Amino acid sequence: MTKKAPDIQDEYKYGFKDEDVSIFRSEKGLTREVVEEISKMKGEPEWMLEFRLKALENFEQFPMPEWGGDLSELNFDDITYYIKPSEKAEKSWEEVPDQIKDTFDKLGIPEAEQKWLAGVSAQYESEVVYHNMQKELEELGVIFMDTDSALKEYPEIFKEHFGTVVPPSDNKFAALNSAVWSGGSFIYVPKGVKVDIPLQAYFRINSENMGQFERTLIIVDEGASVHYVEGCTAPIYSTNSLHSAVVEIIAKKGATIRYTTIQNWAPNIYNLVTKRAVAEEDATVEWVDGNIGSKLTMKYPAVIMKGPRAKANVLSIAMAGKGQHQDAGAKVIHLAPDCTSTIISKSISKHGGKANYRGLALFGRNSQGSKSNIKCDTLILDEISTSDTIPHNEVQNNDITLEHEATVSKVSEEQLFYLMSRGISEQDAIQMIIMGFIEPFTKELPMEYAVEMNRLIKFEMEGSIG
Amino acid sequence: MSQPKLTIEDLQVSVEGKKILKGLSLEIKGGEVHAIMGPNGTGKSTLASTLMGHPKYKVESGSVTLNGENVLEMATDERARKGIFLAMQYPSEISGVTNADFLRSAINARRGEGNEISLIKFVREMEKKMSFLEMKESFAQRYVNEGFSGGEKKRNEILQMMMLKPQIAILDEIDSGLDIDALKVVAKGVNEMKGPEMGVLVITHYQRLLNYIKPDYVHIMMQGRIVRSGGPELAEKLEAEGYDWIKEELGIEDETVSQRS
Repeated sequence: MTKKAPDIQDEYKYGFKDEDVSIFRSEKGLTREVVEEISKMKGEPEWMLEFRLKALENFEQFPMPEWGGDLSELNFDDITYYIKPSEKAEKSWEEVPDQIKDTFDKLGIPEAEQKWLAGVSAQYESEVVYHNMQKELEELGVIFMDTDSALKEYPEIFKEHFGTVVPPSDNKFAALNSAVWSGGSFIYVPKGVKVDIPLQAYFRINSENMGQFERTLIIVDEGASVHYVEGCTAPIYSTNSLHSAVVEIIAKKGATIRYTTIQNWAPNIYNLVTKRAVAEEDATVEWVDGNIGSKLTMKYPAVIMKGPRAKANVLSIAMAGKGQHQDAGAKVIHLAPDCTSTIISKSISKHGGKANYRGLALFGRNSQGSKSNIKCDTLILDEISTSDTIPHNEVQNNDITLEHEATVSKVSEEQLFYLMSRGISEQDAIQMIIMGFIEPFTKELPMEYAVEMNRLIKFEMEGSIG
Repeated sequence: MSQPKLTIEDLQVSVEGKKILKGLSLEIKGGEVHAIMGPNGTGKSTLASTLMGHPKYKVESGSVTLNGENVLEMATDERARKGIFLAMQYPSEISGVTNADFLRSAINARRGEGNEISLIKFVREMEKKMSFLEMKESFAQRYVNEGFSGGEKKRNEILQMMMLKPQIAILDEIDSGLDIDALKVVAKGVNEMKGPEMGVLVITHYQRLLNYIKPDYVHIMMQGRIVRSGGPELAEKLEAEGYDWIKEELGIEDETVSQRS
């Protein structure tokens, strides 16, 4: 039952492509003119243009990161920075062009789903084209719209928070996103409002060599709570494509936010994302983050616990196949007393893939009584795949607790024999072991995402036995 | 279903180049309970694992057939689907997979696509069998063998046997690490299943188990082969007198397989 390194299927299940329906696309490459054009097309206020141009300067000044993954083949001049697919964000499903609906159908988002989803805001290329919000949410004062519209409709609350958690000067890719951002979700939940149903967005890149630079900003006011869910399924491309998003979350006193992502990128996409949250006193921030596919993912969801008793939970899985590198992890920054954080990271590597955990646990001078528990589990499916755990700890206070546990396992011959001795085929047995391995993650997902997740993993595993 | 028949002829098996089974023959028919007894290191568990097709065990010569079909050509999962079941001495833990999901997958693998068991029927049957084996209901939703005590693991093996309804059930040291109450429950499960549609091979080195699962045939294994066969009285004699008398009769000094013979 020793497994030889199998041939991976090169076709990609969601690799269908629709005809390009864009009505505007910028020239390839990034210049001051492109940035000005984007801002002008969007009719943005002056401060946003200045913000973009300043970010562009940062982007040009910052060197390419030399840690994490190999970015040497990423050519910034060969990327389209802005594509506008249709005139405006659509208000109802009926107004969404049929062709775009087809794409969503192929992604397995049935129209019926919208009936029970609270609000669906799906990003098609760079602009939100479909946006639906349940009436009762509006009545509660919850704002859930695409980020471009929020800039126009809620300029004050927007300006107050935008770029405060992830400033353009943070890193090269945050700077890039700040210069050319387009689309993304904006959520504001007013004081004390608890949103019971998950707010969902579906993302998809659909143009060759196109970068997607969405920008998400979520503000959860005091005592409020919300669960935001996004999933991505990208089609296959012949050349490299870049996805570089920024997500900013502000959880005010006593607020609770969970942000769930499943990203399934085509195997040639660079997925370089900055996700960060600030948790104030007694606030809870949870990142549930699933990364499948892409050529290289570098993503380390962070929570800065600024107020006493703030909580952070990060639950992530990463799956790396042939030619893929997942460099993912989490950052938990404890800056106040009695903060608690938990990181559970699960990674799977196969067919020569590389899945690394890279994490930071920081305890500031005032973090007495804070606790962090970090658990990294890795499953390596063959002899040619690799995984590394690269934890980084910074402790400036003696009165803290930090626990770190890492396990590396293989699908053991005994486990396979056991399952097969009950009549289960080798392929199903391996799948079962993998599903079990990521079960702590899938059980946290809303039902339809759990189903999709299982389907994706099954597909990823198909034909993986020699 | 006609009466099943497992036939083992002159089976020779090696592990990592070392010969363990040195010519073993045995026939088990539906309705029969065979017990293989013998001290440690005589090849008993090798026989069990070989019959199930564990990749570590290499068949050098001989044959194994189930109802005339060549078992040795089948992969482990195929053997299981044909009706061979092995209750393991050390069942694996499968984290994140519930006992119920696991069992249903196993049953459906055997039934084949388009003929899956209905969820309701499955749940009812599993609940019934679990209650028969005095297992808590929570075991259905616990992860396969994870955090189970020794006794719970063995009950779980018997539960699987009862759900899968094999033609040939091999119980490899099912009694090891069991207290008397757990042993009785395990035996109750096996006895419940006894009948012309299932043959049983019990592997043990204690006669104790055979007080509860009555064998029709008892075989003594030494040096990788069956050195004596008889009825239940043979097990009783072993219990009373140990193995030495047999060794003496056969002129064996070292009964383990490491002995060159």
